[in-house]
Amino acid sequence: MRLKTFLLGTLILFLLLLPTFAGKYALYMAIHILILSVFALGFNLLLGYTGLLSFGQAGFFAMGAYASAKILLVLPSLLVGVVAGMVAGGISALILGFLCVRHTRIYFSMLTLSFGMMIYSIAWKWRDVTGGDDGLVGIPRAPFEIPGILTINMNAMGNYYYFVLAISLIAILLLYRIVNSPFGLTLKGIRDSENRVAFAGISIRNYRLLSFTIAGLYAGLAGSLLPPLENTVTPPLAHWTQSAEPVMVTLLGGIHTFSGPIVGSVVFYLIKDIIVRYTQYWLIWFGSIVVFLVLIFRGGLVIFFSERVWPLFKRA
Amino acid sequence: MAELLRTEKLRKYFGVVSAADDIDLHIEEGILTSVIGPNGAGKTTLINLLTGNILADSGKVIFCDEDITHLPIHKRVRKGICRSFQIMNIFPKLTVLENLQIPILSLMNRSLRFIKPVDRHTDVNDRVERLLEEVALTDKRDFPAGTLSHGDQRLLEIGLAMAPEPRLLFLDEPTAGMNPVERVKILENIRRLSRERQSTFVIVEHDMDIVFSLSDRIIVLHRGQILADGKPEEIKQNEDVRKVYLGEELFWEKI
Repeated sequence: MRLKTFLLGTLILFLLLLPTFAGKYALYMAIHILILSVFALGFNLLLGYTGLLSFGQAGFFAMGAYASAKILLVLPSLLVGVVAGMVAGGISALILGFLCVRHTRIYFSMLTLSFGMMIYSIAWKWRDVTGGDDGLVGIPRAPFEIPGILTINMNAMGNYYYFVLAISLIAILLLYRIVNSPFGLTLKGIRDSENRVAFAGISIRNYRLLSFTIAGLYAGLAGSLLPPLENTVTPPLAHWTQSAEPVMVTLLGGIHTFSGPIVGSVVFYLIKDIIVRYTQYWLIWFGSIVVFLVLIFRGGLVIFFSERVWPLFKRA
Repeated sequence: MAELLRTEKLRKYFGVVSAADDIDLHIEEGILTSVIGPNGAGKTTLINLLTGNILADSGKVIFCDEDITHLPIHKRVRKGICRSFQIMNIFPKLTVLENLQIPILSLMNRSLRFIKPVDRHTDVNDRVERLLEEVALTDKRDFPAGTLSHGDQRLLEIGLAMAPEPRLLFLDEPTAGMNPVERVKILENIRRLSRERQSTFVIVEHDMDIVFSLSDRIIVLHRGQILADGKPEEIKQNEDVRKVYLGEELFWEKI
């Protein structure tokens, strides 16, 4: 336990000191990893804790990205953009979730997939608002502003990195508390045996919807952090292949551990970064590697190292 | 004795098979009632109808003078009806402690707390401890429920069914698949709990020894209808019941 705290402290210290020695590209990658971690953690509240596999999370991610982009184009305040993105993701998840959580298993997955693609086609067709296939361009990396108190310029990559790091850490800590709270335990119950939870006097559908909405909030939050980094948003963000990212990284890291999606995100970007240097067909290589890793590391990387590798060290 | 639950012409057909055929039934408070009948008589269907697992084609279910025919499961539980299942229905991946925390949290309206860890809800955990003692699983609290012996899993299942503190509790074959030693243990527990608790038990059971030694009242179902209803001695004398169980005479003589 003490070792775990020590490792966690070291990791956070490393993240805090990263801008002092890392270049611009490494920070850019780190921001992407943080964004994907938040996205995948929210997704895993659905998959690992509630037992629902959603294939439409990119829809909510894109809702967050577009909402934040629209706000930033008219009102240059980073915080407002992020909150707007989060709310957009949450509300769209609440509305579409109301229709999706009536079903489970494959039916639920198919419904989320089609609603996700619906958001994609809206992003593609509604040119007046979304810019169509051109997307929205020239989104400023607005300063972080609390009126009358402080203003921090975000133009330097290091500053924006700290902003994303702070938001991500808060989001991760909050989700950690949620999965260990009574609500989190009840979700695990629904995953294992929904009938028994109903006979505890709990409305399964409402709890599923709540879980779906929280996942949507996290997707929206993650999405809202992207436009200030890239300065553009385009419809492919909402495409279903984008929904596959949290699925892949969560499976890679492990669905039954809290940190699984984070570890998966790190590995995802490391592998991707290496492969794209050699081939433009990186996805097929990446897919093969993920299949390979999932087959070797049953239950995910985190379980593999904490239950197989770590005991070997202890014995030695 | 006060009436707890009543059905009026309760009917459920699966295709042309009648699982419940205009059943009129009263369940009184504090009377340990057993439901017996040959396979396919509609025992489990009856419980499913009363607890909300399936909805009736027609007829009414009235609980404490309130029509609950169309209420979903969780609302019936809130009103005071709960059940255990014939097929094991626990949370196999969670520990025994966590299993019981889920219904107790719900009972104490804590399920929608998002921040404070479960362990720090001390008043909830006190009640969970008491329940653990009642079902004699205190020493196994930290085991994943799926690793318990069959008998202990059944005890946990009964604990889960009792946790919402229902006024009316249905146990669907609580001793199914148990060895004689475990069976006795479960029975003692049921008897003790029905005495100590404010709950009224209704038990579906195949084992006649258990039924006749335990119950205050027996209801015999046959093809979705009530064939006989009365005290154990009356049921033993009933000719219709004997006919239904024809071919099982040996077993009747034993009683």
